[in-house]
Formats: sequence, structure tokens, C-alpha cells
Amino acid sequence: MYKSASYDEPLLNKLAQLSDEECDLFNDIPNSLKRKKKIKIPHLDETQIVRHFHKLSQMNYGIDSGMYPLGSCTMKYNPKICEEISSWSKFYGTHPYQDISLVQGNLKLMFELERMLSEITGMDFFSLQPAAGAHGEFLGMLLSRAYHENRKDFKRNEVILSDTSHGTNPASVTMAGYKLVEIPSTKEGTVDLKILQQVLSDKTACFMHTNPNTLGIFEDEILEISEMVHNAGGLLYYDGANMNAIMGKARPGDMGFDIVHLNLHKTFSTPHGGGGPGSGPVGVKMKLEKYLPIPRISKEDNEYYLDYNAKDSIGKIKGFYGNFSVLLKAYTYISLMGKEGLKETSEIAVLNSNYMKEKIIKSKLYDLPFKKLRKHEFVLSCEKLKQEKNIRAMDIAKRLMDYGLHPPTIYFPLIVKEALMIEPTESESKKDLDNYIDALINIAKENPETIKNAPTNTSIKRVDEVGATKNPILTWNMI
Amino acid sequence: MKFIPNSSIKQMMLKEIGLNNIEELFYDIPKKIRINDLNLPNSLTQQETFEKLREISNNNKSYNDMLFFIGGGIKPHFIPSVVKAITSRSEFFTAYTPYQSEASQGFLQAMFEYQSIIAELTGLDVANCSLYDGVTALSEAALMCCRVNKKKTILIPKNISWEKKSVLQNYAKGPRIQIKEIKYDDETGMIDIENLKENINKDVSGIYIENPNFFGIFEDNVNEISKIVKESDSLFVVGIDPISLGITKSPGEYGADISIGEGRSLGNPMNFGGSSLGIFSCKKEFLRQIPGRIIGMTRDKEGNQAFSMALQTREQHIRRGKATSNICTNEGLCALAAVTYIAWLGCKGFENLSKINLENGQKLAKNITSLNGFEKKFKSFHFNEFVIKSDENAKKINRELLKRNIQGGYLLEDFYPNMKNCILFGTSELHDDKKFEILISNLKEVSNV
Repeated sequence: MYKSASYDEPLLNKLAQLSDEECDLFNDIPNSLKRKKKIKIPHLDETQIVRHFHKLSQMNYGIDSGMYPLGSCTMKYNPKICEEISSWSKFYGTHPYQDISLVQGNLKLMFELERMLSEITGMDFFSLQPAAGAHGEFLGMLLSRAYHENRKDFKRNEVILSDTSHGTNPASVTMAGYKLVEIPSTKEGTVDLKILQQVLSDKTACFMHTNPNTLGIFEDEILEISEMVHNAGGLLYYDGANMNAIMGKARPGDMGFDIVHLNLHKTFSTPHGGGGPGSGPVGVKMKLEKYLPIPRISKEDNEYYLDYNAKDSIGKIKGFYGNFSVLLKAYTYISLMGKEGLKETSEIAVLNSNYMKEKIIKSKLYDLPFKKLRKHEFVLSCEKLKQEKNIRAMDIAKRLMDYGLHPPTIYFPLIVKEALMIEPTESESKKDLDNYIDALINIAKENPETIKNAPTNTSIKRVDEVGATKNPILTWNMI
Repeated sequence: MKFIPNSSIKQMMLKEIGLNNIEELFYDIPKKIRINDLNLPNSLTQQETFEKLREISNNNKSYNDMLFFIGGGIKPHFIPSVVKAITSRSEFFTAYTPYQSEASQGFLQAMFEYQSIIAELTGLDVANCSLYDGVTALSEAALMCCRVNKKKTILIPKNISWEKKSVLQNYAKGPRIQIKEIKYDDETGMIDIENLKENINKDVSGIYIENPNFFGIFEDNVNEISKIVKESDSLFVVGIDPISLGITKSPGEYGADISIGEGRSLGNPMNFGGSSLGIFSCKKEFLRQIPGRIIGMTRDKEGNQAFSMALQTREQHIRRGKATSNICTNEGLCALAAVTYIAWLGCKGFENLSKINLENGQKLAKNITSLNGFEKKFKSFHFNEFVIKSDENAKKINRELLKRNIQGGYLLEDFYPNMKNCILFGTSELHDDKKFEILISNLKEVSNV
């Protein structure tokens, strides 16, 4: 049986007594600049520090611990070779303002990565600057603004998105100063073309969508959607969080999307790091190229350089050139996989997802609202369990941890009641998929009390998250 | 195929769910947009991949291959092995955002400790558990000021990097925030207080200063600036270099409302400028307006100490279009490196680190200005970066230094007006007298070429 390590590990500042020993404050510093308040961090030996963080790591679950099927997060295995290469000092030891002749390797890698991503998505040009998917979305919205404003089309202040969209989508839209127009999905779980037509107007700046959408359903009317949006003078934005479903099968560029962001920490296997660093490159069609952030990576006579000479560019959205360490890992991954490997990745990701879906719905314990065929992820509803046994999606998530499994994304997308959003990825073996399926089926048959009481095999019992917000204790000085 | 365990049994799995071939899983994609092949290279073995990347890396030179004296807000620092050892624990680095507290206690506790340390260092009440970088952190701080006091003007000084200004202008577009620039004194490189007074008024939402600023200079008048800001009912945002905070006054000690900065130097390598670590801390009263993720201490159902994400109702996954920021993935692992690094140093080690950086900054400047034709551009006290104005062509100097396997300072003239032949030098605890000597003897040579 699974059992997580559990330690009453004190906070770092309680590991040792803070010594009263005064540090001999530096005298050559003007008094007006001198720090008066001592920093309260005790002196610890390296052994103590390693044990502290080692214990903490044992109370944490990563993809190396087991299956981690968070929907829309693409928690795939992170090849060790990518980590090793990123630890070479010829990469990590380079300075962004170094002479260009000394970083030709970095620039070549970025130049080629831009082209690889362009090919995979069917776009013309890429910028590697955004630090995360949401950052890419924000850049995409800025590009949309620049495009319309450059055409003196100032009326366009609305961005349309579907009620299944990722939370970052509406947040990025409002951050860029656009008005949100959210449209309901059809009974099939796809974009409602009639409603879309109604909301499209000369105010439409952009329609932002994920394809396959967050239900895991491919929008088979995407070409019609594209025509409608473009006829209305709007742009089409692709949230690439779900790109793992279609590599080598179809490309957003061919579907008519004008702006695309990718999540290298999803599709291209760079680790999530417990919440970053990530990378959210943005690709565009030719007509938007001139607005891309500076610098662009260019090449002349076999020499790479940083090109700042772009008068229509929006400028910058991050310091320097993006999260290079992440770009390096993604480049390594793509080199390893090659064209066949990437295609097979998507094929098996979709197979694994449909395999799980079929097996689970056969049990009749969970429902699958909307269309049947899914891509790399699917969304179950446990509404029936809620009605019959008062078991909620949250409870099932917590109980899964007792089985040594990471729960899926829950309560998303919002249009599915008691949603469990499952994305197994291509990394899992059939045995692991079967094990997860069995766990879900078992849990549905378990005594409701056991489930409500879960988790019990984790390092701590169910956490009072509301308490963390009601009575915020955010630092050790606030305790 | 690598990393795809089921590729050899796909037919069997298809059959189990009543399908014959993979294509049946993709029939809903319109034929018109189906592709059969990507125009990419074929897959490589791990051995071939190593070779390919080795070859690429050989076209780079890192600070291990030559001497670096370049500044620009980023420099090589010593990173103790313990940092890599901890951040390489795959329970940490292969985990997602800690949405499920019970499976993420370790990372959550480490982030709580990170927040606590950042709050200590900056002298403020609370910190979030990272933003993308110090550059976007300024933008997020500006947006927060405007949310808090519902005003629409932000004042920034001209002694910050052009990149920061450019990013801020982009973040300001949506909410239509007006950015106004404050002059700096040409002699001192510090903010021109008179010009600040002329520009500040009741409509100003927030004022940003950097300490030390982009030219490496400490602002002498922080108390006065703070007073001016308070009088106008604006918010005071201070940009810091965390390495300096071991010995210099924290923003909290001179009345900052928000503090931001680049935290890469805390145990994270340069990585060609990314990844990075956006530091963000502020006063408690603005808690519910903070952008990004925050970890809180709470209890589990049996009353044990526990951690979870806190104040999630500010965040995009709950609040969608009304979130305080769109940020989701941040720089968690870099924050873990930072907390490990500071723990390794302890308060004494950290003070010492600050001290050495400051001392080396003074020493290097003294050494360079002892040569003919080099003088400090600003006559003020600086940290571990400083601007040197050269009589000679600065580009030529750097070119000649390169031939001698030395990366000289950052040439400011391309991006900063009135900075012809100005060089931004940077040093850190990695330098010692011997390395300074090498630079000086070479500088002497090249300035006479």
C-alpha cells in the first residue's frame, strides 16, 4: 500500500537557534545606507540543510513519483538527458549581454528552435521571449492590439472566448485591456457557430480558442470558424496548451490561426519545476511578424545576431530573451524525438486518453458528457456519485492520493458538473493506465465515509485551504 | 519509441476499445488540414543528441572559459553544490503547481520559507512565491498600485534599464496607465529630487525607484523621496538587488509599500538571462491585491501544521477575467534555489556576501580609474556595478579585451542616450585581486593600442 513520508519538519528558522553574535558591520558604507535590522536566518550546517530539504522533497509528489494526469497540464516524463545538458556551463554560464561572437551556440539553438516550432504549428515566425503560457497569451493580445491599431482600426476592443477556455485566457484578455465576450458551447461541447456569428462584429479583435478544446474535443468546424472570424475582420488566437494532441497530425496555422502560443513545459517535456520556470513561445503569421518583440534572432553570412531594428515591434515583455534554460531542454527533446517521435507522441497520448475513457465509462460509475471521441484528454462528471452518495469530485481527488496517484484537474472546465479532467499523456504504460482506471472504479464503490475522510496515506490529512485564506499566515513572522 | 511505453502494444490497446487503427482516433480532424509528416529532422539517439548539443555548446564561451567583468543587472555568482543537489530532487522539479496540498507539502513549505526570507530581506510584511523576473515584477507592481488607489499615473526614473521601461509600457497599455519619467542628476546618477517634486501630484498612483539603480548607484535620498511620496498619497515602489540587502537598508526601513527585484543571483545561474526570479513583497494591507501565487500556513483536519496555496480567489484559475494577474506558471524552482542558497549562507554568510560584492565593486572601480583615460561617470557610492567613461573608443577596448580572452563591461551607448563610450562594469564574490590585476594590465595595454 502507498504511504507518503511524513515528518514534523520544523521551519527553516527553527532548525537552530539564531546566534546573537553581531556581524561586524561593514564600515566603509555610508551610515545612511546601512542596514539596521538584522536578517533572522540561523547558521546551519550543510548537513542540516540537505536533510531539511530532502525531507521536504519526500513529502512532495512529482512525475517521477507516479502518474500525474492533470488535464490541460500535459504532465509527461521529463527525459534526464535534457537536465544533464542544461547543466553544462557553456550554456548556463553565458551572460545575455556577452559579445555576440561568444554566444553563437545559444543563438543558433534559438534560431533553429523558432523554425522547429514554426514547422510544428504551421506558423511563419516565432518569439521565444514569453516566460510561461499565460505570458504568451498576454503577448498575443498585445500583438492583436498592435495589428488592429496599426491599421487604424481602433474600434476593435472585444475578445471572444468560449466557456470552456482556460482561466488564463480571460485573465490575459482583461490584462491587455480588452473586453471579454464569453460564449456558451453547444450540446456537443464545441463552439456554437450561430452564437459566434451573433457576437462577431466590427468590434471583434480576436477569437481565442484551444483546439482540441479543454473537453478534449477537436473542433471539427474550425475552418468555418476561421472563415467567420476573418470575415468579421478579427484574428484567431490558438492557446497551445493542448498541442500534445495533434503534433504531426494537424497544425493550427493550417486551421487558420493567426497567433499561437505553446507551452514548452507541457508539450515539449521540460519540467514544471513545481510551478516554473516555464516558457510560452508565440508564433504568428507573416502579417503579424513586424510586431514581434525585440530582439529577433537573425542570421547573416553564417553568423547569428540579435536584431533590435524593428520599428513596429511592440518592444519587450520580459528581460533579455526568454527562459533560455527551458528553450535548451525543449530543443534537446525535439532533437531526440524527431518528426516521427513527435507524431507518435500525439498518437499515443490520444490513444491512452481514449483507452482510459472507454474503460472508465464502461463501468457506468462516471459519466462522459458531450461528444464521445476525445483527443489527449477527457472530462468525466461524477455528478451521479454526488447525487447518490454525496461524493464530490474533490473527495475523489483526495482519495486518489491514498492510492499513490496524483489526482486529475478538478472542477474544470466549468460547464461539466463535478468535473474530473484527465490527461494521461503518452508517458504512461498500459499497466499504469489500468491501475489508475481500477483506482477510479474502486473509489466509486468505496464506503462514502472512507472517501470523505481521505487522504490518510499522505504526509498530512485533508488541508483546510479556506483557513489559509481567511486567516492568512504567509511568513514565519506572521505566525 | 523513447519515452512512449505503449507504442509497441498500440494495436492491442486499440482492439480493446473496439478500434482498428490509430487513424480512427483522428477522423474528426477535417481532411483538408490533415498532414502526414512534419518537415523536421529524424529522431536521434541519446548519444547522438549529446554530440549535437556538445557541438552547439562549443560555439559558446562561458565565465568558466574566460574572465567576465560585465554588468547589466546580471553577473556570474558562486553557486554552492547543495543548491543543485536540492533543486535536482525530482519530487520537486517534476511536480506541477501545488494545487493538491496533500501531495505537495514539501514544496509548499519550501515556498513558505522562501516568502518568509524575502519578507525579511526586503523588510516588508509579505511576499509572493515569485513572478517571471525583476522586469515584469515592476510592471505587476505598477498595475497593483493602480488597483489599490485607483489612480492611473506611474512615475519611473530614467536611471533604470531600457528593457524594464519597454516591458512596463506594454503592461500599461491595457489599463491605460500613464508612465512619466523622472530625470536623474548627471553628476551623481541619482534621482533629481527637484524634478520628482515637479512631477508628483495627487494623481500619481505609484513612484518607482531603484536602489542600487541600473548604473549601480545607491540612492542617497531615500528618506526624502519616501517623504515626498507619502505626502502625495502615492505608493512607494522600490527595486532592489537582493545581494546588496545583507548590509544595506531594506526598502521596508525607508517606507516602501512594495519591493521588487531580480532574484536570479540567489543561487540561480545566468542561463543567458533566463530563467530568472521575480521578487515581490509588500505591506500586509495590500494582501488581497498581490499578483501571483502565495503560500499560506494552515492546519489539516487533525490540527497538524500544514501548507496550501492562499488567497486563491485573486488568481486566474478561480477569478478568470477579474484576477489580479494572469500569471499561472511562475518561477517556483528558482525560488527553491534561492531559499536553499540563503539557508546555506545563513545571516552571517549573507552579510559577508553583500560585503564582498560591495568591496569588490569599490576595488575594481578604484583600479580602473587609476588608469589614464578612465573615469567614473557618476561621482556616487556604488555597489557591484558602476559606469566608467573612457576617453578611448569603448567598442575598440572591448574588442581588444576579447582577443585577450576577457569579456569587458556592457557598452551602454547603443541603448542609452548621452552614454557614448560608457561601460557598465560588474563584479562579484567570484573576483579577487588577481583577477582584477589581469583586467587592469590588459586594459592598460589595449587603451594604448
